[in-house]
Amino acid sequence: MRHIATAGAHLAMRRIDTAGAGLAMRRVATTTAGLAMRRIAIAGAGLAGLTAAQELRRLGYDGEISLVGAERHRPYRRPPLSKEFLLDPEADVALPGTGELGATWLLGQPATGLDLAGRRLLRGALEPVAFDGLIIATGARARTLPGTGARARTLPGTAGLPGVVTLRGLDDARALRAALGARPRVVIAGAGFLGSELAATLRSLDLPVTLVEPGRVPLRRPLGERLGAVIADLHRAHGVDLRLGRRVAAAAGTGRVEHVRLDDGTVLPADLLVVALGAEPELGWLHGSGLRLDGGVVTDRHGLAAPGVAAAGDVARRPSVLLGGELVRVEHYSAAVEQGAHAARSLLGAAAPPGAVPSFWCDLYGHRLRSVGVTGTGYRPRLVHLEPDGRFLVEYQRDGRVVGAVTAGFVRHLSAYRHLLAEAYA
Amino acid sequence: MRVRVDLTLCETHAQCVFAAPAVFALDDDDELVYDATPGDALRPAVEQAVLSCPVRAISLDGD
Repeated sequence: MRHIATAGAHLAMRRIDTAGAGLAMRRVATTTAGLAMRRIAIAGAGLAGLTAAQELRRLGYDGEISLVGAERHRPYRRPPLSKEFLLDPEADVALPGTGELGATWLLGQPATGLDLAGRRLLRGALEPVAFDGLIIATGARARTLPGTGARARTLPGTAGLPGVVTLRGLDDARALRAALGARPRVVIAGAGFLGSELAATLRSLDLPVTLVEPGRVPLRRPLGERLGAVIADLHRAHGVDLRLGRRVAAAAGTGRVEHVRLDDGTVLPADLLVVALGAEPELGWLHGSGLRLDGGVVTDRHGLAAPGVAAAGDVARRPSVLLGGELVRVEHYSAAVEQGAHAARSLLGAAAPPGAVPSFWCDLYGHRLRSVGVTGTGYRPRLVHLEPDGRFLVEYQRDGRVVGAVTAGFVRHLSAYRHLLAEAYA
Repeated sequence: MRVRVDLTLCETHAQCVFAAPAVFALDDDDELVYDATPGDALRPAVEQAVLSCPVRAISLDGD
């Protein structure tokens, strides 16, 4: 395996430029010429970064690995943070294997810049990290603004107001869990996956929950109109005060949030406002670096953003096999795992694994929604099953071809879709 | 190659079923069933399944 670890950056570049990747990859894998890859830095110490580091070791890379993380925590599982973590003080979300990597952990201070030509990762006033190869896996941050772009403003009254929170990291989840002990009245802005899951979790604690969604139905974009309406009914059946087609316009209170105002003037008493309006890729530190940034770190199909620089996970915008090469950014757990491993392989010039079909899950009131492929309003939905007990199966098509499916309760059917979609990667 | 799944951890996210459908499946009650001794040709798929498991319930030994 040692020869893989010595494949140099300029050889990786040649591979990008060469048609017929199979042949070119063999050349990279069997050459010992070029720059030795002895120092690999990973910006971002989450699931994608950890998976990348594990894959580097699995491939026999025995050089330095430095993981630079904004949070003070080693990698952990994020999905439970909106679910069981909030209910169980004993819940353990740590990802195993971090102690066996032989890696240097530089935690609690994010990467603040990239000196691409000088091959250095900058960390504010701290010592930069020199690298031969870099994997960018800085993830995404919770959106706190009602919109994006230069005209975006924070919601009036919410800046720094205690009780107005987001839920993204472990510290956020710990603070939220602590706040639940006072049995707050909760308003959640945004009925996407996070907002919907959080509403379900809080209702299991019998807390009063108002869920405010700007769209016509919850989860309209990822699931489509019809399924969104099913989710809306599910929320209502479990006692959520669902306000559709409404936005949170402002929050106010003396010393901490006491009420939330909607855009139709409605004033809701609230002890806690959770802003769950999605996440944005953590890109700020890369401005001016020379990398192509366009709604994510843009990569080629190998996950490479530049010679010797790969990107993976929530921060990466990569060509989708299922969508004929269209650039997409995917925030799924499965994508962080797959892309992290793929980025590691591309950096070392190892052959790529066959691509994995994207998949995700979401837990709502004892139902587990699962999807494979790509889904949502951009594609034509076809309702295959809808049972009175709430089980359903919907497939999504583009140009007459199936590109994804979502189900609650028809998991084995989903496996068949996965098989079908996997052919696109063959 | 020997595959083990800690079924007390398994939450049937089904990520392994998608990563290695020849080894992992869900039965009629949506419980995980798997081939504990798959052929070595399936190793890459099983390794992907190990990494994909959100609760890291799968382990692989017998190199």
